[in-house]
Amino acid sequence: MTTTTLAGATVEVDSEGFLADAQQWNEQMAAEIARDNGIEQLSDRQWQVINFMRKTYLETGSAPSIRSLGKTSGVPIRELYQLFPKGPAKLAAKIGGIPKPRGCI
Amino acid sequence: MAHRVLILGGGTGGTLVANRLQRLYGEAASITVVDRDDTHVYQPGLLFVPFGLAEPGEIVRPRHAQFRDGIDFRLDDVQSVDIAQNTVHLANSPDVQYDALVIATGASLQPEETDGLTGPAWGTSIHTFYSLEGASALRRALDEFDGGRLVINVIDMPIKCPVAPLEFCFLADWQLRKRGLRDQVDLTFVTPLDGAFTKPVASAHLDALLREKDIGVEAEFATGRVDASTKLLHSWDEREIPYDLLVTVPVHGGPAYIARSPGLGDALGFVAADRHTLQSRAAPNIFAIGDAADVPTSKAGSVTHFEGEIVVENIRRFLEGDELTGFYDGHANCFIETGFHKALLIDFDYETEPLPGRFPEPHLGPLPLLAESRLNHLAKLAFQPLYWHVLLPGHDIPGVGSQFHPPRARPAMHGSGGPQ
Repeated sequence: MTTTTLAGATVEVDSEGFLADAQQWNEQMAAEIARDNGIEQLSDRQWQVINFMRKTYLETGSAPSIRSLGKTSGVPIRELYQLFPKGPAKLAAKIGGIPKPRGCI
Repeated sequence: MAHRVLILGGGTGGTLVANRLQRLYGEAASITVVDRDDTHVYQPGLLFVPFGLAEPGEIVRPRHAQFRDGIDFRLDDVQSVDIAQNTVHLANSPDVQYDALVIATGASLQPEETDGLTGPAWGTSIHTFYSLEGASALRRALDEFDGGRLVINVIDMPIKCPVAPLEFCFLADWQLRKRGLRDQVDLTFVTPLDGAFTKPVASAHLDALLREKDIGVEAEFATGRVDASTKLLHSWDEREIPYDLLVTVPVHGGPAYIARSPGLGDALGFVAADRHTLQSRAAPNIFAIGDAADVPTSKAGSVTHFEGEIVVENIRRFLEGDELTGFYDGHANCFIETGFHKALLIDFDYETEPLPGRFPEPHLGPLPLLAESRLNHLAKLAFQPLYWHVLLPGHDIPGVGSQFHPPRARPAMHGSGGPQ
């Protein structure tokens, strides 16, 4: 774990930049992480996915995979890849301040 | 009145829990197991069938013969679970009421979830070894395969035994070398993960092993569809991989009755359960074991085996009105066949990733962890009789406990480098 500064606060992140403690997260941090990953301005649709990921993680203790996102978030998989190029579950988790989805091991 | 325990699924978890409970309670519990068929497959054996290293008949036994006397085994399909009424609806026989319910129906293969996977090519140029029929058909296809692109593809996690696709790569490499065909085959492992395995240290070891054997890795490839006419795998982010023979691991989900039982499962049909007590989040008298549960560890027989003892203890406590103290720590261990009569062994839990060392005794072994050895291969082969005669009847396997490591060894496992 290393520490970094996000939106003026000092937070702990893992080697890939995922927040260590989901409770330290706030929306300003999300915007900053998004910019660092090439998303200048988060759209409502992107927020829908991020909020859904966070809610699922906080309720169940694990982040949803892309397949369950596609079934439950209201955003189909094809669009998830347009909203979060490369790895939607991974990038949305990072922006949402929750651990990297492990695809259930 | 006897406790009514109903177990859905007569595979590894259902069988060993039924037998343990029957031994514990005798006539003080009426134990019913429901399964849709009477064929118990020793699933670790499926990997060997395509290579002619096991015959299908050697890895199958009737389910009913694995139960202790006094256990009522019924052949039927589950329609749904009525959580509020403590009742299970069956397709062809009367409803069954329970005091405690165990969900042990595992994970199903869902190839139809992936566009283009099933169709005329299913069973000719596209195969899976995750079922008995699939493994047998693949054996014929491999026998006829004389060169080209052999692609092993995991569509999405979670899957049963996440190391099995890697083992398939290693065994295919070995078999092709023996047949003198290896230099005519492009062998590629295609995975949605960012490396060979989910845990970093083991992943690095396995990645190195793949490289050593000249097996290509396409990581972070989330398969969106398969085009069987052009023989191309397409990812959601618009990459493509050509194949001549595709060995795929279809997506997994819970059985359909889970979706028909509101509140019981998650979006993929796995049962939401506490990762330590294995009690369902839907109701205190429902427990989940094995592949059916959504707990964050591997879907593997060893996990089911270790969970069994915990589930039985917690059912006993629940039925007696006590607090649940059975605590599953995520313990998993897997042998990984690497070909040439060798295997690797990995051992881990929720907190500790697989590390080098020795098993089952931390420094003495005799089995080396995360290193190839002939002894590990022999241990893997020796496991099948133990499965039928010790694990399913619900006995303990000497030296292999449900907890990850004896407490005295744990501090060493949590050290920065782990034991060497």
